[in-house]
Amino acid sequence: MTRFWTRVVVVLTVLTGLNYIAWRWAASLNWDAWWIALPLVVAETYSLIDVMLFGMTVWKLKIRKEAPQPPHDATVDVFITTYNEDLDMVLTTALAAQKIRHPHSTWILDDGARPELKALCEQHGLGYVTRSEDWTKDLPRHAKAGNLNNALMVTHGEFLLILDADQIPEPDILEKTLGYFNNRRVALVQTPQYFSNVPDSDPLGSQAPLFYGPIQQGKDGWNAAFFCGSNAILRREALMQLGLVGYVKETEKSIRRALAASRAAIKQARKSADVESPLVTEVLDEVEAATREAQEEVDAGRPLSEVTYRVRRRVDAAVQTLVQADVAALQADLEEIAAMELAHVGESGVPVVADDAVQRMSARDWSPLGALESVQAVLDALTVERSNEAQPVMPLATISVTEDMATAMRMHAMGWESVYHHEILAYGLAPEDIATMLTQRLRWAQGTIQVLLRENPLVQKGLKIGQRLMYFATMWTYLSGFAAVIYFAAPIIYLLLGILPVSSLSWDFFIRFIPFMVVNQLLFAVAGRGIPTWRGQQYSLALFPTWIKACTTAARNVWFGRPLGFAVTPKARQSGGPSWSLIRPQIVVSVLLALAAVVGIVRLATGLAEPLGTLVNVVWVVFDLVVMSILVRAVLYKGYEPAAEPANREES
Amino acid sequence: MEFSYEVKDSYAEVKADGRLNMVSAPKLREFVTDVIAGGSNRIVVNLENTAFMDSSGLGALIGCLKAARQAGGDLRIAAVQPQVNMVLKLTSMDKVLTAYPTAEEAFSND
Repeated sequence: MTRFWTRVVVVLTVLTGLNYIAWRWAASLNWDAWWIALPLVVAETYSLIDVMLFGMTVWKLKIRKEAPQPPHDATVDVFITTYNEDLDMVLTTALAAQKIRHPHSTWILDDGARPELKALCEQHGLGYVTRSEDWTKDLPRHAKAGNLNNALMVTHGEFLLILDADQIPEPDILEKTLGYFNNRRVALVQTPQYFSNVPDSDPLGSQAPLFYGPIQQGKDGWNAAFFCGSNAILRREALMQLGLVGYVKETEKSIRRALAASRAAIKQARKSADVESPLVTEVLDEVEAATREAQEEVDAGRPLSEVTYRVRRRVDAAVQTLVQADVAALQADLEEIAAMELAHVGESGVPVVADDAVQRMSARDWSPLGALESVQAVLDALTVERSNEAQPVMPLATISVTEDMATAMRMHAMGWESVYHHEILAYGLAPEDIATMLTQRLRWAQGTIQVLLRENPLVQKGLKIGQRLMYFATMWTYLSGFAAVIYFAAPIIYLLLGILPVSSLSWDFFIRFIPFMVVNQLLFAVAGRGIPTWRGQQYSLALFPTWIKACTTAARNVWFGRPLGFAVTPKARQSGGPSWSLIRPQIVVSVLLALAAVVGIVRLATGLAEPLGTLVNVVWVVFDLVVMSILVRAVLYKGYEPAAEPANREES
Repeated sequence: MEFSYEVKDSYAEVKADGRLNMVSAPKLREFVTDVIAGGSNRIVVNLENTAFMDSSGLGALIGCLKAARQAGGDLRIAAVQPQVNMVLKLTSMDKVLTAYPTAEEAFSND
């Protein structure tokens, strides 16, 4: 029944929204002030698309029944990922994980490689994993994704329960979720992330009841429920398949790139004035012939290992000929010296260079070809070892700092299914200060935009149209920072300067705008079934500097290879007094809004402005200020103080 | 690769800094030939800053030895680094060329 009414309201929202926005574009723009009129109508269109994507999400809201009985012999590894978190916290989580009822092995994945933690693991019979020696300093570590990928190579459970270091699981978390995997196509079961150290007022907007509720349930209906990094169970086979497909794709890409670069490299080597010896020319001829042949074979779809092996053999043989020639010349010199010698060359006549020495001198590290760096670089890249990564197979995606979303999208693209299980089965710790909270939000937003720019869901092969839009919807919401700036600017401009972006504030405007606004709020109320969504709405506007920064830094990272300035989210509260400087842009905007309201009222009193326009814009300013006011509470928030009665978690 | 030389009392010291490989080997040969043509036939190749040598480099070294002997002198090597030492041993060229610890010691006995 809820679903029926939700759909009714979705239809009404879309109809009233399109009616409003069509009128805005067609008949309401104040072209004299196009510089604010156009941005505003674009921002409103952005918001309408956002609402329509939300409507599409909840259209298929899926409320699941209990999962079937899991196979009792399913093997599970529980991974607790940690980097620098407090050891007590990690251990508390690990001991709770040990008590999970379904048979399993518990592992702490310690990216900090702390000996104290290792000792604690031994003492409590917990598995302990750190990066293998393959992860040398010069190779990318890929943060949490790298940590998990490393652990996947040394464990062998059929399923993996992934927990952040602060997420204390219930003993029945596996019993309630493993059964979904009876469907052989299911690769992921995500459960909510809930935080036990958050007061009801939730000043930092930590709980995400709309996301871990109607949004994930709606995505679930489209078979697009996301992996959110923690409190999720994954099927190893699906991850491994991802890793293998990724390995083949990356290897082929790098081989093709190397082959494409080979012609220029050889040409450059030939041109280099240093290389005059005919022998070197011969070797270069051979390298050229070998790479050309390899190109043909790759194009013909020959196995890459065969192709690269043949190139290597051919080039090795040519190099060996070169070395042999060097040695032969050397030997001839020695004989000449001996012939003219008054004294002996050596005690036992002219020495002869042994064959195995020639071979050794031809090997990769001592090869004369090493002198031609560009050519050697091409040959080095013609491998199937993926030597630019610590391990050839990287099951969790490493294209983004939010490896979870990228991994889920690739799984869906390969035809796997996902499940969102709407029941809190683990209790975590949210940031307790605004600085940490902002770092965390920035990281999520950056990661999401990275995925959008690197693997845009709208063009990923294998995804169904609904899945594409579900991923896109989440990415779309992170663009809201730009719209927010315009929403703040428009009333300021009107109240200060009297410039209205709309041609007239008349009956035409209200008759279209008000129904849309009302139905829109109704949609959130119906879809949310009474869950508090106001905090989320406030933060999506109020954190506009964070969202904008995320977009710009992620774009610079993806397009120009600049670092993100990424930081691990600290789980412990940051010390120090209230940090007003963190919300400086918001303070500036709020002051401007308030000033504009005062000026607007003065202009009205002196007859410079008209009543209706002033009223609408002052109401707008008040709304903006109410939205922004949450930040004051956030900055002043002193951290969680548990109420008298214990928090709603079981004894732990 | 950088070459330099300095004429000492009883010998000329040639320094070959960098990697003595296929590209730089012909230059060493040229350089030493020029030094010999300049009147020094007792040559010490100081290898203290030669981090790497391949078969071409080794060939050039023997070529230089030949040139020095033809000019009635000798060529000796000094201050050999680990990789070069391995190459010399492997090819048994250490039987031909004694590696002296320092350039000063190379001709100190004659």
